[in-house]
Amino acid sequence: MPTDLTRRSFAALAASALVAATLARPAAALTVDQAKALVDTVTGEINKVINSGASSEAMYAAFQDIFTRYADVNYIALSALGPAGRTATPAQKAAFTKAFSRYLAVKYGKRFREFVGGQIEVTGAKPVKTFFEVQSVAKLQGQAPFDVRFQVFEKDGKQRFFNIVIEGVNMLSSERAEIGALLDKNGGNIDAMIAQLKG
Amino acid sequence: MTVRDRQPRAAGRLLALAAVLTLAACAAPRPGEQFNDPYEARNRAVHEFNKSVDSAVFGGGAGKDEPSSIPKPLTNMASNFAANLGEPGSFLNHMLQGKPVPAAQNVLRFSVNTVAGVGGLFDAASAIGLPPATTDFGATLHTWGAPEGAYIEAPILGPTTERDLAGTVVDIFIDPVNHALDWPDVGRVNAARLVGKAAQRLRFSATANSILYDSADSYAQARLLYLQNRHFELGIEEDQPDPFEDPNAN
Repeated sequence: MPTDLTRRSFAALAASALVAATLARPAAALTVDQAKALVDTVTGEINKVINSGASSEAMYAAFQDIFTRYADVNYIALSALGPAGRTATPAQKAAFTKAFSRYLAVKYGKRFREFVGGQIEVTGAKPVKTFFEVQSVAKLQGQAPFDVRFQVFEKDGKQRFFNIVIEGVNMLSSERAEIGALLDKNGGNIDAMIAQLKG
Repeated sequence: MTVRDRQPRAAGRLLALAAVLTLAACAAPRPGEQFNDPYEARNRAVHEFNKSVDSAVFGGGAGKDEPSSIPKPLTNMASNFAANLGEPGSFLNHMLQGKPVPAAQNVLRFSVNTVAGVGGLFDAASAIGLPPATTDFGATLHTWGAPEGAYIEAPILGPTTERDLAGTVVDIFIDPVNHALDWPDVGRVNAARLVGKAAQRLRFSATANSILYDSADSYAQARLLYLQNRHFELGIEEDQPDPFEDPNAN
């Protein structure tokens, strides 16, 4: 009977889909868990720094260390530099990445410092295109909690975060606009821009 | 209520209606541009004006990105008080958006904070697990399908869009607190709201100063911040670019 056949083939299809889903799940879940674990470590270290009572300078150094270990600073720097990077020499790129890494640590370190007495808690993670977005909540004293997301990818066999999105505001697009403007201010001269970035 | 003070309110409603109708003429985005900002030149002039007002009032400037010296509990109380006055307006807008659950949250928060939060000075509701659920007429227009329109930096008010500016105007006229009170209480309430705004500015003074005075292009930073944050609030998913497709970083 046609109905039977349809029902049987549907059952077979459902079964194979189930098998496929079960087979596919462990690998994907592992990566989501890895991404979440990475951000758990990062937020744990950030929490430790912001509540350490250390001097501003010591905190910036600690944040730079966290960025170096857990973020793909090279990716973030070159993405922020944008099309100008294509004409830059390897030496200019290296100098820019170095200056940018310090600039980023101080800038975001200052923002994280305002979280003093607060906690960042990881709440979940989901795959987006080719990367994972790990959601967390920054809970501050006497203030409404706010949403912080870390975007994590795997590159060259290493899982690192490459973007932070705070209440929808995207660090990569913000830095692309900022570095672009800094470059414009210096008439497109990369060396002059790097010198200004160093402050 | 006399007939005489009914007239301005009727005029207000007409103005609100006019603001909504103006949206039909909202500027559409130009293809290929990151932001819908056809008034950029004028906006930039207003931005410079706003910065000069800001530094005159709040004493901000380059490198002043240390936390404010005004005690946090004080700025928190001022902004809590103003936020509490905003609950009825959020309630109304949530109802207009067909969202009864956050609307109920506004009612509960207003009751808890007015009573247990000493007239709204403390956010007691958050402490018992009732977080803020603020909304406005700009968001209502969004749920009704009105387009966002062009980005605008308005004098004093700061970053907004055509839709959100219309929403702000309408909110003034439909606000239940403004309707429930008569002069001079309406004036007092709106002065408190203004103080609340100033407190917010001080509460996040380090971040605000860093954006306004330490950026290479503070106009571009303020625009990006406003639009991305607003889309986040409205639940508009921003397109997340694939990091492996960035031609400059791979």
